[in-house]
Amino acid sequence: MNDHWYMLTLVGRDRRGIVARVTHALFEGGCHLGETSMIRLGGNFTIMMMVRFAGSTRVLEQLVAGQAESLGLRLHVDRIEGGLHEHVEPDVRITVYGADRPGIVAHVTGALAEAGLDIFDLISDVGGTEQAPIYILHIEGRALEGVPALASALEIVKGEGVDVQIAPIELMVG
Amino acid sequence: MSLEILKYPDQRLKQESQPVVLFDDALRAFVDDLEETMRAGPGGVGIAAPQVGRFERIVIVDISAMRKLPAGSSCSGRMLLINPEITEWDGMVMGREGCMSVPDYTGNVIRAESIHFTACDEFGQSHAYACEGFEARAVQHEVDHLDGLLFLDRLVSRRTDLFRRKVYRKKD
Repeated sequence: MNDHWYMLTLVGRDRRGIVARVTHALFEGGCHLGETSMIRLGGNFTIMMMVRFAGSTRVLEQLVAGQAESLGLRLHVDRIEGGLHEHVEPDVRITVYGADRPGIVAHVTGALAEAGLDIFDLISDVGGTEQAPIYILHIEGRALEGVPALASALEIVKGEGVDVQIAPIELMVG
Repeated sequence: MSLEILKYPDQRLKQESQPVVLFDDALRAFVDDLEETMRAGPGGVGIAAPQVGRFERIVIVDISAMRKLPAGSSCSGRMLLINPEITEWDGMVMGREGCMSVPDYTGNVIRAESIHFTACDEFGQSHAYACEGFEARAVQHEVDHLDGLLFLDRLVSRRTDLFRRKVYRKKD
Protein backbone atom coordinates (compact mmCIF):
# COMPACT_ATOMS: atom_id res chain seq x y z
CA MET A 1 0.00 0.00 0.00
CA ASN A 2 1.52 3.31 -1.10
CA ASP A 3 -0.83 5.54 0.90
CA HIS A 4 0.55 8.58 2.67
CA TRP A 5 -0.82 10.73 5.43
CA TYR A 6 -1.49 14.36 4.61
CA MET A 7 -2.69 17.27 6.73
CA LEU A 8 -5.38 19.17 4.88
CA THR A 9 -6.32 22.61 6.20
CA LEU A 10 -9.26 24.74 5.12
CA VAL A 11 -10.02 28.26 6.40
CA GLY A 12 -12.68 30.75 5.35
CA ARG A 13 -16.04 32.32 6.12
CA ASP A 14 -18.32 29.80 7.78
CA ARG A 15 -21.48 28.60 6.11
CA ARG A 16 -23.71 25.54 6.29
CA GLY A 17 -22.62 22.30 4.64
CA ILE A 18 -18.88 22.82 4.25
CA VAL A 19 -17.85 19.63 6.04
CA ALA A 20 -20.31 17.49 4.09
CA ARG A 21 -19.23 18.86 0.71
CA VAL A 22 -15.50 18.69 1.34
CA THR A 23 -15.51 15.21 2.89
CA HIS A 24 -17.75 13.93 0.07
CA ALA A 25 -15.20 15.14 -2.47
CA LEU A 26 -12.42 13.42 -0.53
CA PHE A 27 -14.40 10.17 -0.24
CA GLU A 28 -15.19 10.18 -3.96
CA GLY A 29 -11.50 10.71 -4.65
CA GLY A 30 -10.49 7.60 -2.69
CA CYS A 31 -9.29 9.32 0.49
CA HIS A 32 -9.55 7.92 3.98
CA LEU A 33 -9.96 10.32 6.93
CA GLY A 34 -8.05 10.03 10.19
CA GLU A 35 -8.23 12.40 13.16
CA THR A 36 -9.86 15.73 12.41
CA SER A 37 -10.59 18.96 14.23
CA MET A 38 -13.07 21.60 13.09
CA ILE A 39 -13.88 24.74 15.01
CA ARG A 40 -15.39 28.20 14.36
CA LEU A 41 -12.97 30.95 15.27
CA GLY A 42 -14.39 34.45 15.12
CA GLY A 43 -17.02 33.40 12.59
CA ASN A 44 -14.44 31.64 10.43
CA PHE A 45 -14.65 28.01 9.51
CA THR A 46 -11.40 26.19 10.29
CA ILE A 47 -10.66 22.53 9.87
CA MET A 48 -7.60 20.32 9.96
CA MET A 49 -7.95 16.79 8.71
CA MET A 50 -5.58 13.87 8.55
CA VAL A 51 -6.18 12.38 5.11
CA ARG A 52 -4.74 9.10 3.86
CA PHE A 53 -4.29 9.11 0.10
CA ALA A 54 -2.33 7.10 -2.45
CA GLY A 55 -1.54 10.02 -4.74
CA SER A 56 0.60 13.13 -4.59
CA THR A 57 0.05 16.40 -2.75
CA ARG A 58 -0.92 18.06 -6.02
CA VAL A 59 -3.54 15.44 -6.89
CA LEU A 60 -5.03 15.64 -3.40
CA GLU A 61 -5.23 19.43 -3.70
CA GLN A 62 -7.01 19.06 -7.02
CA LEU A 63 -9.61 16.75 -5.46
CA VAL A 64 -10.73 19.50 -3.09
CA ALA A 65 -9.80 22.64 -5.00
CA GLY A 66 -13.14 22.94 -6.81
CA GLN A 67 -15.21 22.75 -3.63
CA ALA A 68 -12.78 25.01 -1.74
CA GLU A 69 -12.99 27.66 -4.43
CA SER A 70 -16.78 27.57 -4.69
CA LEU A 71 -17.04 27.81 -0.88
CA GLY A 72 -14.48 30.62 -0.70
CA LEU A 73 -12.06 28.61 1.43
CA ARG A 74 -8.27 28.75 1.45
CA LEU A 75 -6.77 25.28 1.08
CA HIS A 76 -3.43 24.00 2.29
CA VAL A 77 -2.06 20.45 2.06
CA ASP A 78 1.11 19.07 3.67
CA ARG A 79 2.45 15.57 3.62
CA ILE A 80 3.04 14.55 7.25
CA GLU A 81 4.87 12.00 9.32
CA GLY A 82 3.07 10.00 11.97
CA GLY A 83 -0.24 8.27 11.86
CA LEU A 84 -3.08 6.89 13.92
CA HIS A 85 -2.86 5.26 17.34
CA GLU A 86 -0.30 7.71 18.66
CA HIS A 87 -2.46 9.14 21.44
CA VAL A 88 -0.86 10.51 24.55
CA GLU A 89 -2.90 10.90 27.71
CA PRO A 90 -3.02 14.26 29.47
CA ASP A 91 -2.73 14.19 33.25
CA VAL A 92 -3.61 17.79 34.06
CA ARG A 93 -6.35 20.25 33.14
CA ILE A 94 -5.90 23.99 33.57
CA THR A 95 -8.41 26.80 33.13
CA VAL A 96 -7.33 30.44 33.25
CA TYR A 97 -9.77 33.31 32.91
CA GLY A 98 -9.88 37.01 33.55
CA ALA A 99 -10.43 40.45 32.05
CA ASP A 100 -9.05 40.31 28.51
CA ARG A 101 -5.73 42.01 27.88
CA PRO A 102 -2.73 41.31 25.67
CA GLY A 103 -0.27 38.69 26.87
CA ILE A 104 -2.41 36.30 28.92
CA VAL A 105 -1.60 33.24 26.79
CA ALA A 106 2.07 34.17 26.49
CA HIS A 107 2.51 34.71 30.24
CA VAL A 108 0.53 31.67 31.33
CA THR A 109 2.02 29.21 28.83
CA GLY A 110 5.49 30.63 29.44
CA ALA A 111 5.21 30.03 33.19
CA LEU A 112 3.73 26.57 32.65
CA ALA A 113 6.38 25.55 30.11
CA GLU A 114 9.11 26.46 32.59
CA ALA A 115 7.35 24.37 35.22
CA GLY A 116 7.32 21.31 32.95
CA LEU A 117 3.99 21.40 31.12
CA ASP A 118 3.73 19.68 27.74
CA ILE A 119 0.51 20.99 26.12
CA PHE A 120 -1.60 18.50 24.16
CA ASP A 121 -4.76 20.53 23.76
CA LEU A 122 -5.42 24.26 24.03
CA ILE A 123 -8.53 26.23 23.34
CA SER A 124 -9.26 29.82 24.18
CA ASP A 125 -12.21 32.10 23.71
CA VAL A 126 -13.33 35.64 24.41
CA GLY A 127 -16.65 36.15 26.19
CA GLY A 128 -18.18 38.93 28.24
CA THR A 129 -19.15 42.13 26.43
CA GLU A 130 -17.34 44.30 23.90
CA GLN A 131 -16.80 46.88 26.62
CA ALA A 132 -15.60 44.34 29.19
CA PRO A 133 -14.35 41.22 27.40
CA ILE A 134 -13.15 38.23 29.38
CA TYR A 135 -10.55 35.77 28.16
CA ILE A 136 -10.97 32.07 28.88
CA LEU A 137 -8.09 29.67 28.27
CA HIS A 138 -8.40 25.93 28.66
CA ILE A 139 -5.38 23.65 28.50
CA GLU A 140 -4.83 19.93 28.83
CA GLY A 141 -1.41 18.38 28.92
CA ARG A 142 1.16 16.41 30.80
CA ALA A 143 2.86 17.71 33.93
CA LEU A 144 6.39 16.41 33.40
CA GLU A 145 7.54 17.79 36.76
CA GLY A 146 4.28 17.08 38.59
CA VAL A 147 1.08 19.02 39.11
CA PRO A 148 2.33 20.89 42.24
CA ALA A 149 5.10 22.50 40.13
CA LEU A 150 2.48 23.83 37.73
CA ALA A 151 0.27 25.01 40.60
CA SER A 152 3.21 26.99 42.01
CA ALA A 153 3.86 28.56 38.61
CA LEU A 154 0.21 29.55 38.35
CA GLU A 155 0.31 31.24 41.77
CA ILE A 156 2.63 33.84 40.23
CA VAL A 157 0.30 34.29 37.25
CA LYS A 158 -2.66 34.76 39.60
CA GLY A 159 -0.97 37.90 40.91
CA GLU A 160 -1.39 39.36 37.44
CA GLY A 161 -5.18 39.44 37.74
CA VAL A 162 -6.42 36.17 36.32
CA ASP A 163 -8.29 33.36 38.00
CA VAL A 164 -6.92 29.87 37.73
CA GLN A 165 -8.23 26.33 38.15
CA ILE A 166 -5.86 23.39 38.00
CA ALA A 167 -6.86 19.76 38.49
CA PRO A 168 -5.26 16.42 37.75
CA ILE A 169 -6.96 14.32 35.09
CA GLU A 170 -7.41 10.95 36.68
CA LEU A 171 -8.02 8.44 33.93
CA MET A 172 -10.36 5.63 34.95
CA VAL A 173 -9.90 2.48 32.87
CA GLY A 174 -12.62 -0.10 33.41
CA MET B 1 -6.78 -18.15 34.01
CA SER B 2 -6.78 -14.81 32.24
CA LEU B 3 -9.70 -14.46 29.82
CA GLU B 4 -9.90 -12.79 26.44
CA ILE B 5 -11.37 -9.26 26.51
CA LEU B 6 -14.03 -8.51 23.90
CA LYS B 7 -13.26 -5.32 22.04
CA TYR B 8 -15.69 -2.94 20.39
CA PRO B 9 -17.01 -3.10 17.59
CA ASP B 10 -17.88 -6.58 18.87
CA GLN B 11 -21.67 -6.16 19.15
CA ARG B 12 -21.88 -8.58 22.06
CA LEU B 13 -20.70 -5.69 24.25
CA LYS B 14 -23.99 -3.92 23.45
CA GLN B 15 -26.25 -6.63 24.85
CA GLU B 16 -27.91 -6.66 28.25
CA SER B 17 -26.61 -9.15 30.80
CA GLN B 18 -28.85 -11.39 32.89
CA PRO B 19 -28.99 -11.64 36.70
CA VAL B 20 -27.01 -14.42 38.36
CA VAL B 21 -29.32 -17.04 39.87
CA LEU B 22 -26.92 -19.83 40.79
CA PHE B 23 -24.20 -19.01 43.34
CA ASP B 24 -22.11 -22.14 42.96
CA ASP B 25 -18.47 -23.21 42.65
CA ALA B 26 -18.54 -22.62 38.89
CA LEU B 27 -19.53 -18.99 39.55
CA ARG B 28 -16.72 -18.57 42.08
CA ALA B 29 -14.20 -20.09 39.67
CA PHE B 30 -15.33 -17.65 37.00
CA VAL B 31 -14.98 -14.73 39.43
CA ASP B 32 -11.35 -15.76 40.07
CA ASP B 33 -10.66 -15.73 36.32
CA LEU B 34 -12.44 -12.41 35.88
CA GLU B 35 -10.34 -10.83 38.62
CA GLU B 36 -7.12 -12.23 37.15
CA THR B 37 -8.11 -10.73 33.79
CA MET B 38 -8.76 -7.32 35.38
CA ARG B 39 -5.40 -7.33 37.15
CA ALA B 40 -3.59 -8.36 33.96
CA GLY B 41 -4.98 -5.33 32.10
CA PRO B 42 -2.86 -2.17 32.12
CA GLY B 43 -4.27 0.16 34.77
CA GLY B 44 -7.63 -1.56 34.89
CA VAL B 45 -9.52 -0.78 38.11
CA GLY B 46 -12.69 -2.60 37.18
CA ILE B 47 -14.12 -5.28 34.94
CA ALA B 48 -17.57 -6.57 34.03
CA ALA B 49 -18.41 -10.13 33.01
CA PRO B 50 -19.72 -9.19 29.54
CA GLN B 51 -16.26 -7.82 28.73
CA VAL B 52 -15.07 -11.43 28.68
CA GLY B 53 -18.16 -12.74 26.89
CA ARG B 54 -20.17 -13.93 29.90
CA PHE B 55 -23.48 -12.09 29.90
CA GLU B 56 -24.29 -12.23 33.59
CA ARG B 57 -24.50 -9.30 36.03
CA ILE B 58 -21.08 -9.66 37.64
CA VAL B 59 -18.64 -6.80 38.25
CA ILE B 60 -15.34 -6.41 40.09
CA VAL B 61 -14.00 -3.01 41.13
CA ASP B 62 -10.74 -2.43 42.99
CA ILE B 63 -9.02 0.93 42.96
CA SER B 64 -6.75 0.14 45.90
CA ALA B 65 -3.80 -0.86 43.70
CA MET B 66 -3.56 2.62 42.16
CA ARG B 67 -0.25 4.38 42.58
CA LYS B 68 -2.01 7.40 44.06
CA LEU B 69 -5.60 7.44 45.23
CA PRO B 70 -7.47 10.26 43.48
CA ALA B 71 -8.56 13.11 45.76
CA GLY B 72 -12.12 12.88 47.03
CA SER B 73 -12.47 9.19 46.26
CA SER B 74 -13.63 6.51 48.63
CA CYS B 75 -11.60 3.31 48.63
CA SER B 76 -13.43 0.12 49.56
CA GLY B 77 -10.75 -2.32 48.43
CA ARG B 78 -11.85 -5.23 46.27
CA MET B 79 -15.57 -5.23 45.62
CA LEU B 80 -17.23 -8.20 43.95
CA LEU B 81 -20.65 -6.98 42.89
CA ILE B 82 -23.14 -9.56 41.68
CA ASN B 83 -26.55 -8.34 40.51
CA PRO B 84 -25.67 -4.75 41.54
CA GLU B 85 -28.48 -2.20 41.82
CA ILE B 86 -27.64 1.49 42.13
CA THR B 87 -30.28 3.00 44.40
CA GLU B 88 -29.08 6.60 44.92
CA TRP B 89 -27.12 9.07 42.81
CA ASP B 90 -25.88 12.43 44.06
CA GLY B 91 -24.00 15.27 42.39
CA MET B 92 -22.38 15.13 38.97
CA VAL B 93 -18.81 15.50 37.85
CA MET B 94 -16.91 15.15 34.61
CA GLY B 95 -13.96 12.78 34.38
CA ARG B 96 -11.81 11.01 31.82
CA GLU B 97 -12.52 7.37 31.11
CA GLY B 98 -10.98 4.61 29.08
CA CYS B 99 -11.96 0.98 28.75
CA MET B 100 -10.17 -2.32 28.17
CA SER B 101 -12.84 -3.03 25.55
CA VAL B 102 -12.11 0.26 23.72
CA PRO B 103 -8.33 0.45 23.30
CA ASP B 104 -6.50 3.65 22.33
CA TYR B 105 -9.29 6.07 23.11
CA THR B 106 -10.32 8.04 26.17
CA GLY B 107 -13.10 10.55 26.62
CA ASN B 108 -14.93 12.76 29.06
CA VAL B 109 -17.99 11.36 30.77
CA ILE B 110 -20.31 12.90 33.37
CA ARG B 111 -21.10 10.59 36.28
CA ALA B 112 -22.77 10.89 39.65
CA GLU B 113 -20.26 11.99 42.25
CA SER B 114 -21.56 9.63 44.90
CA ILE B 115 -23.77 6.57 44.74
CA HIS B 116 -25.41 4.04 47.02
CA PHE B 117 -25.95 0.53 45.76
CA THR B 118 -26.62 -3.04 46.77
CA ALA B 119 -25.04 -6.18 45.40
CA CYS B 120 -24.62 -9.85 46.25
CA ASP B 121 -21.36 -11.55 47.09
CA GLU B 122 -20.23 -14.87 45.62
CA PHE B 123 -22.45 -16.75 48.10
CA GLY B 124 -25.60 -14.78 47.25
CA GLN B 125 -25.52 -12.60 50.37
CA SER B 126 -26.74 -9.06 49.73
CA HIS B 127 -24.68 -6.10 50.95
CA ALA B 128 -25.14 -2.32 50.85
CA TYR B 129 -22.39 -0.01 49.64
CA ALA B 130 -21.67 3.71 49.28
CA CYS B 131 -18.91 5.10 47.05
CA GLU B 132 -17.65 8.54 46.12
CA GLY B 133 -15.56 10.14 43.41
CA PHE B 134 -13.25 7.99 41.31
CA GLU B 135 -14.45 4.75 42.88
CA ALA B 136 -18.10 5.69 42.25
CA ARG B 137 -17.15 6.45 38.63
CA ALA B 138 -15.59 2.99 38.27
CA VAL B 139 -18.70 1.29 39.64
CA GLN B 140 -21.00 3.25 37.30
CA HIS B 141 -18.76 2.45 34.30
CA GLU B 142 -18.86 -1.28 35.09
CA VAL B 143 -22.60 -1.40 35.83
CA ASP B 144 -23.15 0.28 32.46
CA HIS B 145 -21.45 -2.73 30.81
CA LEU B 146 -24.17 -4.95 32.30
CA ASP B 147 -26.77 -2.88 30.44
CA GLY B 148 -24.86 -2.97 27.16
CA LEU B 149 -23.59 0.59 27.52
CA LEU B 150 -20.02 1.70 26.84
CA PHE B 151 -18.51 5.01 27.95
CA LEU B 152 -18.73 5.90 24.24
CA ASP B 153 -22.51 6.09 24.74
CA ARG B 154 -22.03 8.83 27.35
CA LEU B 155 -19.25 10.95 25.83
CA VAL B 156 -19.34 14.69 26.22
CA SER B 157 -17.18 16.86 23.99
CA ARG B 158 -13.69 17.65 25.17
CA ARG B 159 -14.54 21.23 24.34
CA THR B 160 -17.55 21.58 26.61
CA ASP B 161 -17.80 21.95 30.34
CA LEU B 162 -14.70 24.09 30.60
CA PHE B 163 -15.61 25.06 34.12
CA ARG B 164 -15.90 22.04 36.27
CA ARG B 165 -19.41 21.59 37.58
CA LYS B 166 -18.10 21.28 41.08
CA VAL B 167 -17.73 25.07 41.05
CA TYR B 168 -21.51 25.40 41.12
CA ARG B 169 -22.14 22.97 43.92
CA LYS B 170 -23.49 24.24 47.20
CA LYS B 171 -20.90 24.65 49.89
CA ASP B 172 -21.67 22.64 53.01
